[in-house]
This record gives sequence, C-alpha cells and structure tokens, in this order.
Amino acid sequence: MWKGLPDKSGLYNPENEHDSCGIGFVAHIKGQKSGEIIRRGLEVLLNMSHRGAESADNTTGDGAGITIQIPHRFLVSKGISLPEPGEYGTGIVFFPPDEKERKAIEQWFYRTAEEENLTIPAFRDVPVNSSVLGEIARRSEPVIRQVFLTGDYEQDELERKLYIFRKRIENEVRNSGLSQSSYFYINSLSTRTIVYKGLFTPVQLKEYYPDLSDPAMESAIALIHSRFSTNTFPTWDLAQPFRYLSHNGEINTIKGNRLWMKAREALLQSQLFGKDLEKLFPVIEPGKSDSASLDNVFEFLVMTGRSMPHAITMLVPESFNDRNPIPNSLKAYYEYHSMIMEPWDGPASLVFTDGRYVGGTLDRNGLRPSRYVITDDDLIVMGSEVGVQKFSAEKIREKGRLRPGKILLVDTKLGIIIPDNEIKSQLSRQNPYGNWLKENRLELEKIEVKQRIPSTIDQYETYLRIFGYTKDDLDMVFKPMALEGKEPVGSMGNDTPPAVLSKKPQRLFSYFKQHFAQVTNPPIDPIREGLVMSLTNYIGALQTNLLEENPAMCKLIRFQSPIIINTDLGKIKSLQREEFSNITINMVFDANGGGKALQEALDRICREAEQAVDNKINYLILSDRAVDKDHAPIPSLLAVSTLHHYLIGVKKRMQIGFIVETAEAREVMHFALLLGYGASVINPYMAFAVLDDMCKKGEITLDYKIARQNYIKAIDNGLLKIMSKMGISTLRSYHGSQIFEAIGLSNEIVEKYFNGTPSNIGGIGLEEIAEEALIPHREAFRLAPVKEVYPKTVGIYHWRKDGEFHGWNPETIALLQWATKTNNYEKFREFSNLVNSQNREPNFLRGLLNYKKNPIPLEEVEPEENIMKRFVTGAMSYGSISKEAHEALARAMNSIGGRSNTGEGGEDAERFKPLPDGTLIRSAIKQVASGRFGVTTNYLVNADELQIKMAQGAKPGEGGQLPGYKVDKIIARLRHSTPGITLISPPPHHDIYSIEDLAQLIFDLKCVNPTAKISVKLVSEHGVGTVAAGVAKARADLITISGNEGGTGASPVSSIKHAGLPIELGISEAHQTLVKNNLRGRVRLQTDGQLKTGLDVVLMGILGAEEFGFATAALVTLGCILMRKCHLNTCPVGVATQNPELRKRFIGRSEYVVNYFRFLAREVREIMAEMGIRKFDDLVGRTDLLEQRTDIDHWKARTVDLSRILHKPKEAEKFPLHQVTHQIHPIDEILDRELVKLAGKALKNKEKVWISRTINNTDRAVGAMLSGEVARRYGEFGLPDNTINARFYGSAGQSFGAFLAGGISFTLEGDANDYLGKGLSGGRIIVVPPAGSRFVPEENIIIGNTVLYGATSGELYVRGIAGERFAVRNSGAFAVVEGVGDHGCEYMTGGRVVVLGPTGRNFAAGMSGGIAYVLNRNGNFEYFCNKGLVELSPLEDRSDILEVQMMLNNHLLYTGSRVAENILSNWDEYLPMFVKVIPMEYRKVLEEQKLEALRRKLEATEDSPQYHY
Amino acid sequence: MGNPKGFLEVKRKEGGNRPVSERILDFSEVEQTLDEEDRRLQASRCMDCGVPFCQWGCPVMNNMPEWQDAIYRGDWQAAINILQATNNFPEFTGRICPAPCEKACTLNIHKEPVTIRENEAATAERAFERGLIKPQPPAFRTGKKVAVIGSGPAGMACADLLNKAGHHVTLFEKDDSVGGLLRFGIPDFKLAKNVIDRRVQLMMEEGLVIRTSVHVGKDISAEELLNEFDAVCLAIGAMKPRDLPVEGRDLKGIYFAMDYLTQQNKVVRGDQIAEKDRILATGKKVLVIGGGDTGSDCVGTANRQKAKSVTQIEILPKPPEERTPDNPWPYWANVLKVSSSHEEGCERFWSLSTKRFVGKNGSVTGAEVVEVAWEKDANGKMLMKEIPGTKRIIPADLVLLSLGFLHPVQEGLLKELELKLTERGNVHVSRNHQTSKAKIFAAGDAVNGATLVVHAIASGRRAAQDIDRYLQNL
Repeated sequence: MWKGLPDKSGLYNPENEHDSCGIGFVAHIKGQKSGEIIRRGLEVLLNMSHRGAESADNTTGDGAGITIQIPHRFLVSKGISLPEPGEYGTGIVFFPPDEKERKAIEQWFYRTAEEENLTIPAFRDVPVNSSVLGEIARRSEPVIRQVFLTGDYEQDELERKLYIFRKRIENEVRNSGLSQSSYFYINSLSTRTIVYKGLFTPVQLKEYYPDLSDPAMESAIALIHSRFSTNTFPTWDLAQPFRYLSHNGEINTIKGNRLWMKAREALLQSQLFGKDLEKLFPVIEPGKSDSASLDNVFEFLVMTGRSMPHAITMLVPESFNDRNPIPNSLKAYYEYHSMIMEPWDGPASLVFTDGRYVGGTLDRNGLRPSRYVITDDDLIVMGSEVGVQKFSAEKIREKGRLRPGKILLVDTKLGIIIPDNEIKSQLSRQNPYGNWLKENRLELEKIEVKQRIPSTIDQYETYLRIFGYTKDDLDMVFKPMALEGKEPVGSMGNDTPPAVLSKKPQRLFSYFKQHFAQVTNPPIDPIREGLVMSLTNYIGALQTNLLEENPAMCKLIRFQSPIIINTDLGKIKSLQREEFSNITINMVFDANGGGKALQEALDRICREAEQAVDNKINYLILSDRAVDKDHAPIPSLLAVSTLHHYLIGVKKRMQIGFIVETAEAREVMHFALLLGYGASVINPYMAFAVLDDMCKKGEITLDYKIARQNYIKAIDNGLLKIMSKMGISTLRSYHGSQIFEAIGLSNEIVEKYFNGTPSNIGGIGLEEIAEEALIPHREAFRLAPVKEVYPKTVGIYHWRKDGEFHGWNPETIALLQWATKTNNYEKFREFSNLVNSQNREPNFLRGLLNYKKNPIPLEEVEPEENIMKRFVTGAMSYGSISKEAHEALARAMNSIGGRSNTGEGGEDAERFKPLPDGTLIRSAIKQVASGRFGVTTNYLVNADELQIKMAQGAKPGEGGQLPGYKVDKIIARLRHSTPGITLISPPPHHDIYSIEDLAQLIFDLKCVNPTAKISVKLVSEHGVGTVAAGVAKARADLITISGNEGGTGASPVSSIKHAGLPIELGISEAHQTLVKNNLRGRVRLQTDGQLKTGLDVVLMGILGAEEFGFATAALVTLGCILMRKCHLNTCPVGVATQNPELRKRFIGRSEYVVNYFRFLAREVREIMAEMGIRKFDDLVGRTDLLEQRTDIDHWKARTVDLSRILHKPKEAEKFPLHQVTHQIHPIDEILDRELVKLAGKALKNKEKVWISRTINNTDRAVGAMLSGEVARRYGEFGLPDNTINARFYGSAGQSFGAFLAGGISFTLEGDANDYLGKGLSGGRIIVVPPAGSRFVPEENIIIGNTVLYGATSGELYVRGIAGERFAVRNSGAFAVVEGVGDHGCEYMTGGRVVVLGPTGRNFAAGMSGGIAYVLNRNGNFEYFCNKGLVELSPLEDRSDILEVQMMLNNHLLYTGSRVAENILSNWDEYLPMFVKVIPMEYRKVLEEQKLEALRRKLEATEDSPQYHY
Repeated sequence: MGNPKGFLEVKRKEGGNRPVSERILDFSEVEQTLDEEDRRLQASRCMDCGVPFCQWGCPVMNNMPEWQDAIYRGDWQAAINILQATNNFPEFTGRICPAPCEKACTLNIHKEPVTIRENEAATAERAFERGLIKPQPPAFRTGKKVAVIGSGPAGMACADLLNKAGHHVTLFEKDDSVGGLLRFGIPDFKLAKNVIDRRVQLMMEEGLVIRTSVHVGKDISAEELLNEFDAVCLAIGAMKPRDLPVEGRDLKGIYFAMDYLTQQNKVVRGDQIAEKDRILATGKKVLVIGGGDTGSDCVGTANRQKAKSVTQIEILPKPPEERTPDNPWPYWANVLKVSSSHEEGCERFWSLSTKRFVGKNGSVTGAEVVEVAWEKDANGKMLMKEIPGTKRIIPADLVLLSLGFLHPVQEGLLKELELKLTERGNVHVSRNHQTSKAKIFAAGDAVNGATLVVHAIASGRRAAQDIDRYLQNL
C-alpha cells in the first residue's frame, strides 16, 4: 500500500527530499473580508504554476495550499452550529482511509478533548473532488474531515489549548502503531486561520476543495504556496502552508537546529503553559521537512509568548556584522538572541500569518525573490514573482520587494503596514540588550593573560609520530598556509583510495566527506559576500530557558575565530569562577587494550562529562595532551561526537560547552569536522608546535607569530569556505550541524557515535578505529637504534614509490601513452590489466565487484562505433588547457561520434565552421557555468548539447578564479574580458538558487537552441539521487554525475580530498532514485571521475550510466603526466598552460585520443561478449550482473558492504532502467514562436519589422528563441541595429530578453521579473512603467533580481529601480538604471553601468572590469561599496563625462526619464555627485591600452605616407 | 617546492669531463664539478612533479624532488638526510650510476633532464666536505649477530643498515680491502678509491666489524659461521665471467676484462705486480670483446696504458641514437651510449660475432669475426644469422673479454651450504630474500645476476630489512 514517502532502501533516503516553490499572499490591509481575496490568492497560485512541478504521471503536483482566516459565515451557512468567532477552533484533518483506524483516532480526539476541557461540537466531512487528482496523489489520498473544538476559554487561552490538543494527538497517533498512521495529519487547528492543502498542482487545489469556491467563503488574508519537490514522493502533509508559515527555500543547518532544539527541551519552562509544556514535546515533529520543522519552532515561540516578528528574527536573523547599516541597539538585539538560538541558516523567503498579521521576510542573503504591489484600494499582493495579479496602471500605489533580512508586516486589524525599521526598533527596545551584553558577555581577546603558554612542546618528535604527522602535512599544508595565509591549492583530481581501502593508516577525519549545495540551494561566495558571513561563536554557561529573556543568559565568552592559541586556552582555564568553571577530560585510551579499551574510554568520557554537568561545570576541555607510551589518543572527532550525542540524549548538552585541545587537528577539514560535530573552540597545540619548529628551522621564513596568524587566517577562511559551499553563513549555526557524510564506517559506529550522518557502504568498527590510532602510536614508541629521518612523505598529494596508492602512477601513465601513441592494443591491454588489478587491491570501490559471465561470440555484440558514441571528454576550458590540447580533443571526439566539452570559457567562433576538408573542430558540448564566460547566443546555437555545470568533482560548491596572468588576448576575447584581468566565477549560478530556477534556465537554453540536448552536471554526494530526480523533473535531457575524483586546473587541496563521494555511490544513488520515481526512462545518465578502462565503463554502466566522461585519461594520451602544476601555468608538456614556450612542448595528437577511445570500445565489447550482453543498453542498471567479492582479506577493506550500491529497486520490474523516451519541453506554444513568425522578413532579408504584444508573467524567456534564430543566421553580431523592434505591455515573466541578439530592440511597458537581459548578446532592452502610472518610478521596483547576468554586449535602460545583483557578471553591456539593490555590478568584468539612485550593500564586490558611474545623492555611497577591487573617484575625465552624458541622453530618449532629464538639464549641479567606480586592475590595463594606442598613432604620423604630403 | 619555473629559466648544465688530452695521462676522476651556485640552479630545475617518474625509475627510490628542493634552498644537511634515508652510498651512485632517474625525468621528454646524478654526487661531497655526515652509531645493541659475506655494494649496504638497526654485524671480505667490484672492478678514473675508504671508515666508527682477507668457505667454514651468527647474508656477487670458448681461446694475450681491470686498480693503489703477471696494453693493438660498461672501462684503461689502438666489438646490433617508438620515455633508454672512455679513442663495431682467435707463437694476433644479422622470429624472439662472405680478421695482440657474468661462483661456499640455485645458477631466494636455508639470506648480484651498482645497493637494503624482521621475530 502506498504510504507517502517510501522507506529507505538502497541508496535512496527520504531524508534527502528538497523542495522549493512559489509563495505569496494577498491581503486587504484594512482587514476587509471578501471572497475576492481568496479568489485572488488562488489566481496568484495559478500564475506561479511554472514554479511548481509535476511528477512522472504528469498530473500529480508536488503540493499546493492556501491559508485563510476562518470563514465563519461560510461555516454557519453549512449548518454547523458554532459559537461566536474566536470562541471555537477548527482545522482540516487528514485521516487514514482505513475506517477502523480513522474511528480509533477520532475516539482519541474525543478523549483528549475531554482531558483538556474542550468539547468537539462537530466533525465535518470536507467535500472533495478526487477525480482531479493525479494517479500518484490518489494513491495516497487521505480521508479529509474538519474538526471543531470549543472550550470555556478566552481566545488566546483557547488557542494554546488547541495547540496542546494537537500536539498530544500527533504524539499519540505517531506512537500508536496504526498501520496507516502516516496518513494522519492536522493541517491546522486554530481559532483564527485554516489551511487547505494537499498533493496538488496549483490548479487542482481549487478544484479539489469546492469549499474554496463557495460564495460564502471570505477572508481578508490569503497565504499561498506551491511546491516543487526534487522527486515524486511528495506527500500530502508536506504541502504548504504550515500552521503559520510558508517557506520557499531550504534550511541547510537543519540537522544541527533539530538537535539543538531537542537538547533545549530539557531546560524549557513557560509561565503560559506551566506543567502542560511537556505535552508539547517534541517541539519538532519527527520525519517532516525542514520547512515543517521551522514552522514547528516558530509556532512554539509564538505560542509561548513571543510576537511573530520576534520569533522570525530569532530564527532567521539578518546579518549584523559591521558591514551592515543597522542601528547598534538592533545589533545588540541580534547578538543577544544569537546566544540563545542559532540561525536557521539557508535560503529562505518566508510568508506568515496568524490571522491578524500577515507578513514576509527574506533571509540575510535574500536569494529568493519576493515582490509586492500595493493598490490604491488597500490590496497588497506579494509573491515570488511580479505580475501574478493584474492591476491597471493607475491603481498601483507602490511596487516593491522584500529585501535581505527585512520584514514587511501588515496589521489587518489596525489596517496599517508596519515598515521594517519600526518593527526592528520596537524589538530592540524590548530589553536593554546592549547593557546586558556589556555587563555579562566576555570577549576572549579582552580576558587578562595571567601566563603565556609556549608553543613548543616536549617530546616534539614523539608527538609528531603519535599523531601521524607526515612531511606531506608540513610541506603541502603548513607551509603554504603559514606563508600565504591561504589554503594550499592543488590541481588534477584525487586518485587515491578512500580511507577505508587505503593501506596506509588514516586519521578518522579522512572517513568523512563534506556536503555541498547543488541545485536545491546556492552556495555562497564567502569572500565577495563576506557581509553575511560570521565565525563568531560563544562558549560558556549557554542558556537556561529559551523562553525567558534575562541578562544572565549572556554570561558567555565571545570569540571571533574558533581556533585559539595556547595562551587563550590558558586564559579560559584560569577563569575558574562562577559561570566560567571548567574541567579537563583526557581523550586517551589504554594503548594495550584495542577496541575494548577505546570503548571503555569513551564511556569514561561520557560519565565524567555528565558528572561535570551535574556539578554545574560550564565547560569541558577535551584534551589529548596526556598521551604517553601506555595511552594512545582517542580520535578527537570520535570523542567530541560521542560526547555531543550522549549529552543530547541525556538532555545535558545545553548546559556545557566543549573546548578541544588536540594535537590531531591540522588541516581545515579537521577543524570543520570537530565544529560540525559539536566542538565550540579548538586549540590545535601541536599545529602551533609544528609551525614554531618550522620557523626555527628556517623552513618557514617568517616570524613565528606571523606564521601562526597566517595559519589561523587560512583555517578561518577555509572554514568559511566549507560553510559557504553548503550555503551556510554563520559558524553559530554550522556548529553541530553535521554537514558531512561518512564513507567506510560501520553502521553501528555511525548510529552510536555520529547519529544522523549518512554512511552507505558499512566499514570499520571500534576495533579498527583503535588499531588505526595505535599503529602510529606503536611506531612512535618503537625503539630505533639510529634516528630516522622523520617525518616522511607518504604520498598523500603527490605520488611516492612507497607511498599511498595513486591510480595515475608512472606505470599506468607510461603504458597508456605508449599504447595510444603507437596504436598498440596489446599494450593497451597491459595498461588496462594493470589498472584493473590495481583497482582490485582493492583501491577503488569498483575493485570489490565481480561480474557474472555467460559468453557469446564477439560478433553478436554491437559494433565499436555504437559504443564510442557513449564517450565524451571532460569539461576543460580553453584557458585551463592550451589551444592545442583543446582542439585535439574536439577533433578526436567529432571524428568518432563522441562529444568534447568546451568547458567554461567560450569558444572561438572560427571553430564553429567546418574546415575545408569537412573536419569539425568545435566542441559539441558547450558548457554554461556560473561565470557565463563567453556564453553568447552564437555560442549557444552552435552546440549539440548545452551543459549546465552545477558543480565540479574537484571543488563542488566553489567558484573559481582564472588569474590575470593566464588571460591572454585570445582568451580575453573569447571570454569577453580584458587581457591581464583576473576572472572570477561565482560559487552559485546567480540564476539558480533552487530547483525551479534550474528549470527556468533549462527552459531558457532550450528556447535559444531547441535542437540541443540540455544536460546538468552534478557531483556525487549523499542525496544526489533526489537532486537528480528534481533535475529530471526540471526537464534536463541528460544528467551527469561526477565523482569526487574529478580533476581540476586549480582547487583547494582540502576540497580535492574531502568533498563529494566516489562515483560508484553517486551514479548508483542517482540511478536508483530515478528508477524508483519512474523518471529514469526520460533522461540519459552520464558519469565521470577517474574512469580508465573498458571494465570501468562496463561496471559504471551496470550501476546505471549510459555515457561516460574521460578527462584525465584523455589528457594523458595527449602527453599529460600528472604534474599537478596546472595552477602554476608551468605545465612542461604544453597541456595545461598558456605560456607559448611551454605550448611548443605539446606532443599530443588527436589520433592518440581516437586510439584510446577505440581501444576502450573494443575492450567494452569483449567484456560484453564475456557477459553475454549484445547491446550496451541491456546492461545499464543490471546490478544483478554484479556481485561483491568475498575474497578480500585486508583488515579494513573486508568490512565494506556494497549491497546498497548493488540494490535493485523493486520498481525496476515495471519501470525502464535506461533512457527510452525524451523529455517534453514546453516550448511549442510560447510567445517567441509568434515573434519568430512576425519577424520573418527581418530574419530572411534584414527588413525592419515592428511588433506589439501584451505580455504576462507566464511568458518566460521572451526573445530567447527569436535571438537563437538571429544568431543561427547571422552569427556573433546579429542583425543591424533596430531591425526587429518589439513593444510589450504588461508584466514580463522571468528571463525577459534573455540572450537578446544584436539588431533586436525590446521595449517593455510594465514591469519584469528576475533575470531580465540574462546573457544579453547585442540586443537593446528598455523598461518603462505603464502609461498612466501614478507611482514615482525612481522609487519603485520595476525589474527583478539578477539582471544582465552574463551579458556580453547590448544595452539596457530602466526607468525605475532594479532588485539585487544588477549587472552581475556583466562583461560588456551598457546599462542605465535609477537605483539598484544589494550586490550591484558583482563580478562585473566589462561594460558600463550608470546608477541614478541609491545602491544596496556590497556594490562592486568582485568587480574586476568595466566601469560604474553612481549618482551619490546622499553622499553615503562609499559605505555601500565593496572596495576590495575597485577605487572610487570623481567624474572628471572628459571622455568619461561624454560617455555618461551620452548614456543619459539615450536613457532620456528611450524612457523619457524625469531623472535623466533633470540631471542633464542641471548638469553642473549633478556632475560633482557622480562617483566613478573602476577596478584598479582594470584602470591600469586601460591606461596601458591608451598609451599603446597613442604610441601607435604617433608611429603612424611619423611613418605613414598619407601624412607625408 | 623548488622554483616552479626553474626549468624554463635554467638550461641543463653538466659538469663535463676534463679534456681528453689531459685526462688520459692519469687515473684521476674524469668528471668535473659545477660550483655551488650552478649546482643550486641545476637543482632548481626540478619541478616537484605530481608523479615523480625519477623516483619510480630509481631502484633505491631516491626521493628526488625533496632533496633537489633542499639543494635549491642551500640546505645541504636536509639534502643529505633525505638522500641517505634511501641510499647508503650516494657518493658511489652519484659517480657511476647510469641514472635511470634521468631517463625517467619528466624533463627528459624533451631531452633535458635534471642533472640528478651529478646533483647526488655534489650533495654527498658537499656533505662530507662540511662534516654533515657524521658517524651514527646505534644507541643500543639488540644482541643479535649477523654475518654479511662479500663487501661489494650489496654487502656494504646490507651490513650498514643492519648495523644501524643495532645488530652486531660482521662484514667478511675475501680480498684485502672492502668494496668488491667498486674497488677492484671500476677504474679509479670513474671512482676514486678514497671515496670508498671514507665510507668504510665511517661504517667502522659506527661499530661495524670488518674482516678482510677472510674467504668464507676456505678460511672459515660455513658451519662455523652458522653456529656463531643468528643470520647470514650472502652478497658474494656474480663473479663467474662468461667465457668465449672458440678456437684459439687458450692463446696468450687473451684475458678476462675483470682480471685486467682489477690488476690496474691494484697498481693504482700502489701494489707491486710481478712483471710476468702484468697485463699491459702499452703499445698494443687492443681488442675489447663486449660492448658493455666493463668493456668501456677496458677501453679507458687501455688508453691510459697507451695502447697503440683500441677496438671494441659487440655481437648485438648498434643501438639507435634516439629512442624508438617501442622504447618510449620513461623507460630505460636502449640507445647508443658513448662513454668518456670512448671519447678517448676507440673504434667500435657492432653485429660482429667472434668465430676464432688467430695467433702466432702461441700468442694472439687477431680475432676472426663475422657480421651477423638479427631478426625477430614469430614469437618476437631475436635470432642471429651470420651473413655469408663477411668474415674478416681484426688484428689484436691483447684481447679483453668483457662478455658479462654468468652467476656467482658456486664452488666452495655455495656448494658447502647446499643452497638451492636458480636455473641460471644464481642463489634462489624467496620474496623476503631468504635462501633455502632459514638462517641464510642473499642479496645483490648473487641473486639477481650481474647488474648495476644501484641495484646491488637496493637489493642489499631490502635484504637487510628482511633480516631485521627475521631477527626481531627470533
């Protein structure tokens, strides 16, 4: 029977569900109830249908719902006898279909009501129309009844009683053991609001509940939500709105937030609830979504007495570091609350209502759009998009948007809108927070030093050995960090075995992998967007009762970095006074006792810690300083996590803080893990001793203190990066959030000590963990007669003969080169036999697999040619590799029917034309990555496949940087940038913050180039399956799952080593989840990451892949020898370099690549014949053809269990296992089809045409297809200016004018949503308010966020204000706008932007080229500008002045802007107010160019005969 | 590490050899050295490869990138420490190793490898010069006793490591001096013998017991040895030379190369040789048969003895000057090698098979040779065919046979111990260097057949580690 989410099986885990959505509300500000509000609410929902999704049956929606005020008149009209409004509560309840179970639950309703002194006057069967449901929804449809409750209480009291009642029932049903208990859900139970929701598409909501269309239905508030879930197991109860909230976004720190909340319950006391409080526990309903948990806590805070704004600012506070312009009192308010509640961190757009107030807010990053319109008859409509409700121009009073961290609140009772600053100032005055902080909170830096504690350590070398320090650590980790204050950078991929397969002893840290954001939420750029980041945290007496506010709660120590030096630890130790007392617990175990001793030591630690809590100690110092011959260190991570979970379990965690004093932690990943599993502060005393020693020995040529400072800085920055790659801004919420997964740890270990951490292949237990700690310990105390050189290099990063295994080693590299260069298949077999046998050591998971044989004659197997079509080369940009290498790959792949990938960096349009002999050297796959470098319309139309790179195996969740010295003239031209200027790729795509955004980009690209397949590249991590399902639903044609082994031209080594999963896990999870969802049949799956041989191909095929990517192997055939120096531009074989001298050393030929792929195909065929498989498609997903080897005797490797990887979902019996159909792309009936027709003459013979049309927010990517047609015919530069002139009236949907090609002019009278002018490629866009508007344009938002993203050329004129990230990554467009939100001109590399009004925070962050001119009317622009790369100067240069005047002139001409008119006609008055914002690097280059031009001119005058008359 | 752009800025520069006209007048070392600044620049050319093929190519696994970096930084102490951690005798290999590391060096793809061998020699010399190499006697003794028989590079390396592991080690040598072929086979102009003495001195200061002129199996019985020691390592080399049993082989004036070279080495150190036993090339037409390194040493020695002419012949075809496609980088390069001795004057012929020696009055006057052609058979095995009508006589009054070595001398010790031998006649050992008798281990050429010094060192080291493990488990 269908019961909502399937159970965990194979690699699929329901915990990984993500969703995101369209949200909004409609309200009458003065509280006038009407049916119209509900009707409008439902309409808003409908108009955001494209933001939701449909399942495999194409009719089941992912969920939709509406919250309204209780419709008293309607209920009375239905004949229900009810007391006055406010004297009863009601709610819609989902019951199990099984009548017996339903009746049982209803009995509990009556009984519980009685116990709580409530009565149930009625149950009402809610009329429903099941016929509208999709098949999946119908299978899980509950029985829907409405319950009514009354009691002799005044309204607020009754509301609380209802809350208790609901929580009790929920608990009872959950624990009842009823077979259908998962159907049960109470939508809401309130005297004020009621929620109608279910598993619908937006249109079905209204059809399903006839109530909603009843003429007697009235409300002054309608809050709506439509859901886009990553997969097709959405359930009825997870539809939104919840009881108070609708949430669009994702809580990244949810694991931590839930655990902390659980830990707090022990300490809660409420005057309002008294003894009843316990009935409310657990506050968070188990097994629900992140949004549901957030609603649970929000509800709890509101119910226990906080106002909605108070609660929301506790949970989702705005950023309050010194780069945020908010009053100090408010900062104090936030700081105080940050001590009692960590932020629920992640992208969030929230709307909420309690029936009187209705409001919305955005998280500190404000990445989700929220626009609103206020009309002159007191309606307010807010939604994820503008245009969801139509009003005539003259009715509109105001158009605005929610801003990051700001609240919009409507009080329908008083009939007013309360602005953010008023709400906040009220909140900050509730208590004297500032004084409380001043008097109680200590700052670590300011605590008096009683004694300095040296960094040197006795028995230095013994400690080095005990804790397994290697020369790799010293040379590759400490040295670069100490010298440069940055994390070390490496290149190429990770080809070493996972820790559990390694023959070298590993630290426990190495068994964990970082999680990262992909698709469902965006990573953050911690450098350019540092204003939202914070490493501040507290330690100390933590809180007592969350529900109170008093000064004692801030008796804490605040620190700015979680890494403290020895003297700081000394300070804390010596603080021994009330509220700051501490004890030290030794993290050591009996070195002679093995796993049992380790177990006992862990028990001891828990015991001692619990005792400490009982003794009112405030912090624990977990220390491994006490190691000696008989005592080995407990892996610090194990100790911390064990204790953290133990204390949460006994409800004593909140009372005590953890400080870890360990010799073990040395690199960023180690610190991140300790913090992520519960440590607050870490003193890595051994790391300091190492630095000290290296400075003394001269290996680090710096003063120790500076080296140490640099090291801490590097760790801090690394932590920010690890947090931000998951989209987390604050250490406060990262703390304890467990954003990791384990690979190679047994289930018992994970359940007991790392609860909640995914671990999918089993692995080692305590015995092995102990042994791994003991190996170096024994070594340390082994007596050696002669001192040996220590530490030694063990080959963690670079290959060493006796060191860690690397898949690419001298033998494999040499054999592959030999074989492919001499076209020698026998040699290739030598190569592949060697690789396969090395894999089977085992060094990779696939080495643990055997395939079953059932031979057939080779002739019966499909030909090599078919198989070669499945091969692609990896995305490597021209820029990261040389022209020679890039073209050789393209040439080779085109000749064998495979595909090469251009990578992120454009491609020379010359290559789009076939050579005279017919050879094609363009890359079939064109990549669209976050930097959008070189992504022009022409580039897009010259592709067979467009790949959206969401993440890269070597550095998932991170951006990239191409240093200026690598940007030569050609690369600059292709990337539309300036030679010598550093290019930054942002971590996220700024048009993909969620799954529905990705669907939008897929739609955009499909419009530009309808013949290209759209692919999405993901990186293997736990949960990638659900992401893949979402991507399939977003209509990608192909999904690539990259292993974490993937290569890179440059990446922090900690990311190469510690982020993402091996491909075996990723591809299996993706495949299994897609099969379960019946989505597998409509997408192709591709995989890459250290694939080398035919066997690799077959094995990955069986795990679910249809296509295979090769990057490193292909480069090796072209001469790459794994120098791992790509990032230094010194590649000695001319592969990964732009240096002309080095490029001469390139000795590769495309033939070698062809040989390689031919050999691979040949080998694949041979294996297929052995297996009895005739067609490759027949083996895809056939995990029954594999079995795990049983002959492994290595003490660690034998603990691995691959049964989840080999799991074949039962759905595989009925659903396809490989691609059988194509995606249906909804591009047949779009507005552009009409535009293309109307522009026929222009397209055919460049005749001018004029077009005029109305437009709606559902018309998306208008202009994209038309532009594709132009580029296809006329190439890079399009048509002559103003050939196609189109005028639109209304609200334009997302991506208006995307990729608009040269010669097209769009004028929009109305307003536009996000991504306007994305990828603008020469076209012109003009946006003006509609005729008759009464609002002041320069004070109102008329276009959305992320405008001109990746624009390469063209013009934009906007009569009004733009949202956040205006002109982000603009590399050539010229734009005039009358005000912008936060992060204007971010990452800009070219073009000109004139801003005639205020800017938001962080203007020009990461801007390395182009110029912005800002009218600094208020004189405070400097504060709002991020001056990291740019300098500000007055507008003085004559050519600059002319440029600005010309742009303003155009602006006036096109938009009739009053602002422009005023400025131009009062030029002398306004000129001094202009600030010129120019990147310093860019200015230098421009000056050089000017000098060069001048020099040439001079030369010309001297030499040119025309001047010699 | 190092200077990532060093290889672009600095060209490969070799120390080079002393001028021919000068060097053939003496037996001093031929090779010159660079000054310190140049040496550091040369070391800076190392790129610290992600995959250091050099280390892969090196039998003792020298950690090139790391000590090149140390040289570059001018930290000679670190350099010698890193080097000695893998190679007991960098001063030997730095001089005479044919440097497979350089063949495999990534820069050799474009034929300009780092001067690793010279850098090694320089590191060792600098370290000795500055007193950075000090005796490191073990801090304690295990009480276990080991005998190492044979003091060539394998025996020395093995004894050195075992001594440093704290065992009581006695190194037996049948000759009057330690070093084996290093001392008696390799001419002084390639390896000056004080270099060996310096090292031996150091080892003795570290407590190694050396007993020269003790021929185990003759002067002391194997049984005695086994009674006295907990373990024995045979490092007796592969001293049985390959002969050329053709007509006229017994003519006077035909010698094994090793006899010739050994005698000259002894003369250089000051030994007096009776006139009747003296093998001198002075004024003679010398024919060296065999194109290997030993043959080349004969050429150099003969020239220094002022031979009238020197001819070297080889039965195999002339190797190509450049790598062929089936002999790619980073593998050992089978290419024509011109040694410093060849530069000093020598006519070389290839594909010549010696049919017989001709003589007069019982003394050799020449060798009859025939040209041969080499073809691959169906299995890819090379087959030799004489080319009819190409017989000729090369005149010679001194013939030196340097046709390589067969296996260790089996008479005496090996027979007495009744050890299992391989098909080729080498000592059979299991993977841990144990012979068919538990207590007895073997290393070096005795196991592997004659090969490079660096292989001998590597083998001696590995055997030492196995013996150490064996002793620890006793």
